[in-house]
Amino acid sequence: MATGEDKPRVGVDDWVASVQDRREQRSGLAGLARRVDDVVPAWARLALFAVVAASLPLWMDRGDLFAYGIFTLVYVLLGLGLNVVVGYAGLLDLGYVALFGFGAYSYALLSSEHYGIHWPSAVSIPLVVVATALLGLLLGLPSRRLLGDYLAIVTLFFGQAFVVFVNAANPTVRGKGLTGGPNGIADIDPNDLFGYELTTRRQQYWFILAIVLLVLVGLHFLSESRTGRAWRALREDPLAAEAMSMPVNRLKLKAFALGAGIAGLTGCVFAAVLTAVTSGNFALPILITIYAIVVLGGIGSLTGVVVGAIVINVSFQFLAPENPQNNARILFYLVIVLLLMLSMRPLWRLAVVLAGTVAFGLAAHVLAEAISPSWTAGAVVEGGRFAGLISDWVIIPSGHDRFANGAYIALIVAILAVTRIRGVWRTLSLVPTVYLAAVVWETSFVEQPAVARWILFGALLVFLMTVRPQGLLGTPRVEIV
Amino acid sequence: MTEQAFFELRDVSKSFGGLSVVDRLTLHVDEGEIVSLIGPNGAGKTTVFNLVTGIYRPASGEIRFRGRNVAGLPPHKITQLGIARTFQTLRLFLNMSVKENVMAAAYGHTRSTMVEAVFRLPRARREEREIAELAEEKLAFFGPRLAGYRHDQQAYNLSYANRRRLEIARAMATNPSLLLLDEPAAGMNPAETHELTELIGRLRTDGGYTVLVIEHDMHVVEGISDRVIALDHGVKIAEGSFDEVATDDRVVEAYLGRQGPG
Repeated sequence: MATGEDKPRVGVDDWVASVQDRREQRSGLAGLARRVDDVVPAWARLALFAVVAASLPLWMDRGDLFAYGIFTLVYVLLGLGLNVVVGYAGLLDLGYVALFGFGAYSYALLSSEHYGIHWPSAVSIPLVVVATALLGLLLGLPSRRLLGDYLAIVTLFFGQAFVVFVNAANPTVRGKGLTGGPNGIADIDPNDLFGYELTTRRQQYWFILAIVLLVLVGLHFLSESRTGRAWRALREDPLAAEAMSMPVNRLKLKAFALGAGIAGLTGCVFAAVLTAVTSGNFALPILITIYAIVVLGGIGSLTGVVVGAIVINVSFQFLAPENPQNNARILFYLVIVLLLMLSMRPLWRLAVVLAGTVAFGLAAHVLAEAISPSWTAGAVVEGGRFAGLISDWVIIPSGHDRFANGAYIALIVAILAVTRIRGVWRTLSLVPTVYLAAVVWETSFVEQPAVARWILFGALLVFLMTVRPQGLLGTPRVEIV
Repeated sequence: MTEQAFFELRDVSKSFGGLSVVDRLTLHVDEGEIVSLIGPNGAGKTTVFNLVTGIYRPASGEIRFRGRNVAGLPPHKITQLGIARTFQTLRLFLNMSVKENVMAAAYGHTRSTMVEAVFRLPRARREEREIAELAEEKLAFFGPRLAGYRHDQQAYNLSYANRRRLEIARAMATNPSLLLLDEPAAGMNPAETHELTELIGRLRTDGGYTVLVIEHDMHVVEGISDRVIALDHGVKIAEGSFDEVATDDRVVEAYLGRQGPG
């Protein structure tokens, strides 16, 4: 039926066929990222990543290369392994980090001063990978019976048991504690390439990069194979997968073993780079970080894991305690502005709130100073370039413990109030709320960098996951239609 | 009944708790036949399918397929032997593409290992090509309905009728000789139902499959069946041609209830 327009009618085949074109028109940054992700073939993405990553040591200093380069790559590898178990096969494995630890400790035992064994990497790494894969297989055995949450509980127990074993059990083997207890194992050999020891940060970085690239290529091929498809199928519907000739239990075990093998491999390079391992390296926070990487990047997406690892590690290192406190401050204000940008429509309302907040702050500052100069006499903590700006805008009294606590409570009340009010009043009440947030930051959080770091990190995750629940490069999953 | 039937159930029983769902059921399907299984809701039809495909294990009795007792084997083994099914409730891999849904079902008759896949060794490459061709061939069976751009669509994009077609295509990709279709016409409009009737006929003539189908739509049953078996409360109450079964007193009673006096 001609409607006078060229557009096909909703619901007819032409309309369905044009879904791609309509998608092209999707606006915004997310739409752009999606389109780029759709268009760029896998090999081009890999080549781009390889070139950029390989050139990193040419312009980065040694410390940064360690913190930003090597750690990111280690996280990429860990994320790739977890992605096989969680992303492809959909198994919630919370013992994953113990396998990483097992790999690192095994390598440490086979190539260090601890027992005076110095096997070359060409022998020890394959051995450790196979051993870790077997352990992963063992850990995967309950997955045949336990589903979802129950599997998570059992594997989490395994992860905790590993840490306790390493720390407390420390059985005596050949007259020496096997795991070195809380002290761990030190003096671990660097990895070597058929006898050539990789001692500099650059060599180590390129070595790990090569491993990452190989694993990426291998996993890409695997995910496009019968095994990869079967994993995704069993994640979608295990019963249907079983009825469609896929041995679900064997496939689950394969996923566990492969994920564990990659974790073991990561352990080998990690232990060699650090030259020492302790149980703290393999505790719960690392597990959460790896999960954050996989979920943030987009479960099941290889590119997503790489992007997730970069985002998480870079923001982690950026906020590290030894870095200037201003880093955290910049991120804090950035997150506030971004959150406002996302939630405020139309844009003039955003402009009103921002301008209002600035004006409100200046006015409040003048008022406070007029009442008593001591109200604004406090020093800005590590203000750097922004010290002047902040001290003119934010009320920081001298000796401000009680003021800070009061401001903190007031902020919580204000946030609760904002979520209750609607319309113009909400916009108006945002102004003092944002200002209060700045006051709380400058009087409380700034003095507790460790806490501030985690709060910011959490806020960043909440922000990203609210904007893109399916992860940065993930495809939104449809559960029920 | 011959001693070596292509497919047969011998005295198969299954109960849940104290409720007997399938009770000493005996039936057979000859090679190349299209047999319909009918009966009111709760008669045990889908349970029969679940027993045959290994999702349930029969309490007693034998399920023989090509001379082999398959009762108690895990579902994927039974499918690999050549019995594939569709689901009444539609259990597609929703977040995979249409083509991938079909390709995934080729798992049972392909052999390349994970190592071969990772290194793209010759057998993995050849099998990948064959799986893709197989999927396209099976989808082509449904003509324009599942053709072209639809291959790359996620399964959740499909309409209800197309999902039923995809279920059949997916079952075909396991290379079965016996197809079990669980209410393939449910949710289809009259035109689509008519098309499906023809399609089931083509499954035998072009595809070479033997078909056992559960169906409520009597037009479909009439149009396709060589033989009809009626179940009620897990017991076979009638068997024969459509006309024989449709006029059987017990079948009419099972569907409509006993006729009152007067």
